[in-house]
Amino acid sequence: MYKILEAGKLADNIYQMVVEAPRVAKRCLPGQFVIVTADEVGERIPLTICDYDREAGTITIVFMPIGASTEKFASLKAGDSFRDFVGPLGVPSELCMEENLEETRKKKILFVAGGVGTAPVYPQMKWLHEHGIDADVIVGAKTKSLVILEDKFKSVAGNLYVTTDDGSYGRSGMVTKVIDDLITNEGKTYDHCVAIGPMIMMKFCCLTTKKYNIPTVVSMNPIMVDGTGMCGACRVLVGDEVKFACVDGPEFDGHKIDFDAAMKRQAMYKTEEGRALLKLREGDTHHGGCGNCGGDK
Amino acid sequence: MADVLKKVPVREQDPKVRATNFDEVCLGYNQEEAMEEAARCLHCKNAKCVQGCPVNINIPDFIADVKEGKFEDAYKVISESSSLPAICGRVCPQESQCEGKCIRGIKGEPVSIGKLERFVADWARENGIKPPAPETKNGRKVAVIGSGPSGLTCAGDLAKLGYDVTIFEALHEAGGVLVYGIPEFRLPKLDVVAKEVENVKSLGVKIETNVIIGKSVTIDELMDEEGFEAVFIGSGAGLPMFMGIPGETAKGVFSANEYLTRNNLMKAFREDYDTPIVRGKKVAVVGGGNVAMDAARTALRLGAEVHIVYRRSEAELPARKEEVHHAKEEGIIFDLLTNPKEILVDDNDSVCGIRCIRMELGEPDASGRRRPVEIPGSEFELDVDTVIMSLGTSPNPLISSTTIGLDVNRRKCIIADEETGQTSKNGVFAGGDAVTGAATVILAMGAGKAAAKGIHEFLSAK
Repeated sequence: MYKILEAGKLADNIYQMVVEAPRVAKRCLPGQFVIVTADEVGERIPLTICDYDREAGTITIVFMPIGASTEKFASLKAGDSFRDFVGPLGVPSELCMEENLEETRKKKILFVAGGVGTAPVYPQMKWLHEHGIDADVIVGAKTKSLVILEDKFKSVAGNLYVTTDDGSYGRSGMVTKVIDDLITNEGKTYDHCVAIGPMIMMKFCCLTTKKYNIPTVVSMNPIMVDGTGMCGACRVLVGDEVKFACVDGPEFDGHKIDFDAAMKRQAMYKTEEGRALLKLREGDTHHGGCGNCGGDK
Repeated sequence: MADVLKKVPVREQDPKVRATNFDEVCLGYNQEEAMEEAARCLHCKNAKCVQGCPVNINIPDFIADVKEGKFEDAYKVISESSSLPAICGRVCPQESQCEGKCIRGIKGEPVSIGKLERFVADWARENGIKPPAPETKNGRKVAVIGSGPSGLTCAGDLAKLGYDVTIFEALHEAGGVLVYGIPEFRLPKLDVVAKEVENVKSLGVKIETNVIIGKSVTIDELMDEEGFEAVFIGSGAGLPMFMGIPGETAKGVFSANEYLTRNNLMKAFREDYDTPIVRGKKVAVVGGGNVAMDAARTALRLGAEVHIVYRRSEAELPARKEEVHHAKEEGIIFDLLTNPKEILVDDNDSVCGIRCIRMELGEPDASGRRRPVEIPGSEFELDVDTVIMSLGTSPNPLISSTTIGLDVNRRKCIIADEETGQTSKNGVFAGGDAVTGAATVILAMGAGKAAAKGIHEFLSAK
């Protein structure tokens, strides 16, 4: 069992928890993830590591409930425990490896963070900041109330650009518009970009950075089961090669990713997940007659 | 009077009934049946069956005990050699091992050694008999990586010798392939696997789940910082292979590993578990091994029409005969001498069929089996909505790539001495699928056993 030391909300539907997991905390690096289950019957859910404290032996996770299992996570409180919490999984971010430090120092780096994907960007920027590198970051959200971790970013970023889709806070418009503005109107230049957020955001980010020839790394979060390369559920097409996000990734060259195929794959269990969610919310009253999920067929 | 040339038949669930549930297919012998079958044993002086057993169980002796109704004694005989008899009695390929060597088999059917082993193990469990706990402990720490058949065996044997053993398991349940791979209807998880794991624990073995060696901690750290004097790697062959044909990343294409893990480990077939599984209507399983049979029979139980697509003929099917027989009885359709060329997808990137080609057998290849050759112009489409790739697995590089000085071969298998399990790294031993590539439960157990002996010798000399 892995005890939850702190549980709170970062925004309306975005949860943050600090969990006791000494083995993970001892070894993890930015870019890696954990797999978590709530209880014996729960799914194994991959979540990116959003912060870690090696001395305290804790890991911080941030998530948005989107299915039955993440809803269960959201219902847990400080003092409760996760049944399983395994990691660190995946390859650490290339930027945050000691051996690449010299190369990294030469780069002008732009992070683009969207929605709940904002959280895993933070440990990368924190690591860079601790190693004397201040990168710029664009933090995008739908609306003001969904902007998260702003203060934390302020303390580790070179320039922080917040933008909301509806213009209720910071700049107005999508993150791609901010990239265009920074480069074409504000004289900024970048030679490396890291984009983490919803699949659709990463797709358009990559289309934008491609225009400017800025190599772009994205973090894929496909369907997974074991997280160790055993099941192959997380296959992503990178160029002509099939890669497993859990052991080869989760970070890949965004300009080589087939996002359309990845988005379709991600929807594979949508109906099954939707059904499980409705069942959890409606209990025995859920018989699939409402037309919301297609029923238990 | 029963025909002494034939095995006492074992009771099974009716094929029509079992095709709709996940309960165990084979019901096993009762006491009378077991004693009657045991009486068929000739108690050979120089018993060939023992040579056929990878862990050399004293088969004639335990069968003699069964014959006389001394089941506890029989269990003790088996326990001297095997830590997991309830499992081996169910999943060993007896026809090519002990039973394949049985003298009775020359003129008639061999003694049903597997079913007798299973009976004895089940009887012991039902009567609360446990393997005897070690008398003395030496306090020396050994780490075992992986809680599958080789790891459990190695850990059990070392604990019996007095070592302080900790098993590290990457998944959240102990058992390895016994839990994630082999389905409930062949190997019940709660009644059989969990109980065998409990037996190993009762010897004093500790199991730490959710630890991925190479990620959560490395072997070097275990030895340098956590005080383990020796390490056994029994991490299995976990990486699934794919064919590399067009359409393989489409929705509805699964590795057998994923399909079986969802169903067996994550229990997707049960309403009360959260993990989803795609219940295909028409499923093709590509491959002909035990894992392919398991995947096919699982899909059938989830309500699908299921085809086995295999490029050679029936004689070359690598699966155990009993599994093929059971699969056929349950209504699995065998499309033999057939090979997929392309997975066909619709606009939504979902599987809508497979383009296959017919094969014929040509000259023998390196494996001694006749090589399948395509018949030109014989392509056809198989209409399916789900494809399960069951083409074999290879060892996971997570451990070999993070352990300094651990040599692997071309196929990424860890190089280890067959007799002792010793690897290229001092104090590190290995066995099972991590060394051989995908093989059987009992071979992995044999390797675990050999390594336990190897580790004991190594540490005794230290």
